[in-house]
Amino acid sequence: MKPVASMLRDIPIYSGNTILGDGSVIMIIDPAGIGATIDHVATDSRREEERAAEPAAPEREKTALLLFRAGGREQKAVPLSLVTRLEEIDAERIEACDGRYLVQYRGRLMPVRHVNAGSPLRTQGRQPILVFSHRDRSAGLAVDEIVDIAQETLDIELKSQEPGIIGSATIKGHATAILDAGYFLSQVYPDWLDDARALPSETKRLLLVDDSPFFLNLLSPLLSAAGYRVTTVASVEEALRLKDGGHRFDVIVSDVDMPGMDGLGFAAAIKGDEAWRNARLVAFTAISDDESRRRAREAGFDAVVAKSEREQLLDAMISEPVREGAAA
Amino acid sequence: MKAPTGHETASAANDFVTVTIGNQLFGIDVTDVQDVFAVQALTRVPLAPPEIGGVLNLRGRIVTAIDIRQRLGLGLRSEAFGLMAVGIERGGESYGLIIDQVGEVLTLTADAFDPNPENLDPKWRAVSKGIYRLEDSLLVVVDIDLLMNFGRVAKAA
Repeated sequence: MKPVASMLRDIPIYSGNTILGDGSVIMIIDPAGIGATIDHVATDSRREEERAAEPAAPEREKTALLLFRAGGREQKAVPLSLVTRLEEIDAERIEACDGRYLVQYRGRLMPVRHVNAGSPLRTQGRQPILVFSHRDRSAGLAVDEIVDIAQETLDIELKSQEPGIIGSATIKGHATAILDAGYFLSQVYPDWLDDARALPSETKRLLLVDDSPFFLNLLSPLLSAAGYRVTTVASVEEALRLKDGGHRFDVIVSDVDMPGMDGLGFAAAIKGDEAWRNARLVAFTAISDDESRRRAREAGFDAVVAKSEREQLLDAMISEPVREGAAA
Repeated sequence: MKAPTGHETASAANDFVTVTIGNQLFGIDVTDVQDVFAVQALTRVPLAPPEIGGVLNLRGRIVTAIDIRQRLGLGLRSEAFGLMAVGIERGGESYGLIIDQVGEVLTLTADAFDPNPENLDPKWRAVSKGIYRLEDSLLVVVDIDLLMNFGRVAKAA
């Protein structure tokens, strides 16, 4: 691996470049640099605070949307954050079995269906597939053609009667059907959305506190997809300002190790104050040895989840009934 | 490499590799030129300034390719032809200047040299040391320092 040329050194996302076996040059990505770039994105979500203060005129957040065509010429879209991978799979590898299509994918069988139920999968060439993964399961949605990725304000103008379509929005100047990925995934795996089984009919409000924009960006789409209305802040101080501003949350997920006031101080401050005492408080922490867990619980956290065990977070948030009373 | 010419005088004669970019003839001092090569397998560098054509492997060295058309604001080249590049070295690093066509090596005497004339196209002037008036054309002498001095990569703001 060699350092990048001085002319390219100011681009934060490369740590170097090297020559591959076939003689071509490849740029090597620096995850920390990507993090720094994401950090910038996160400042957008930090404005959530102001947004929450003025629920009547929420600022429009841009969503990365994957645009594609599937069955017909019209444009369809799905939020990119939900898609784990884009694949083009050799049509010959897609096999019909047990009344559905399966493909051997990363050592396991992955069910595949076409977005448009009436459209057949390709029988030759390569079939573009959006791969969705959750825990250890993956499902593929076949499309005709992946068109583009767009950053747009997602504004559903017309709700849809058709199952699997949330509604229509204008994306890049074209009327676009926004896909309800959950509908397709629960058709492939009926229990796909079981994480949401304990979700009450009304949307729970969730506050996410983490100084790492990476985790804020990682978690907020997951939690939104699980049905929570997510507000993110990057520090305890910001969180406490929300509290003093009269905002109420049903669940608070907080990092423990943060600059300024840390999560332990935050928990103590919440539990010692009437306003947020009844919110379920979950510690989401990189350090999760027994001693740290004990200290977090003593400080007032109702549950402790290690960042490495992200998939336990949803359970930790709902495993005990959320105590009511925090509703404003 | 210096071809004997009848013009050689006490005043210095210089050798230039001539290249064409957008129908204009340019000269690059041979002492600056390490290589002339056909560009193969150019790897694009996302987020790089538009002047950076990409990076490529030249006999085991990683070379940063500068797209001179972009640098001069000439727009895109037709991709119909294989890309040619002139290899230079700057600050211990290798660069490839992607140009349209490589010509010959010309030996030109200083008396045919003019500093940048008033009416020189500002696009050329931005990278020019001066010009030589040839019989049927104008040769712009490339100032490599000026050529390589384009907007630094904006920090991911």
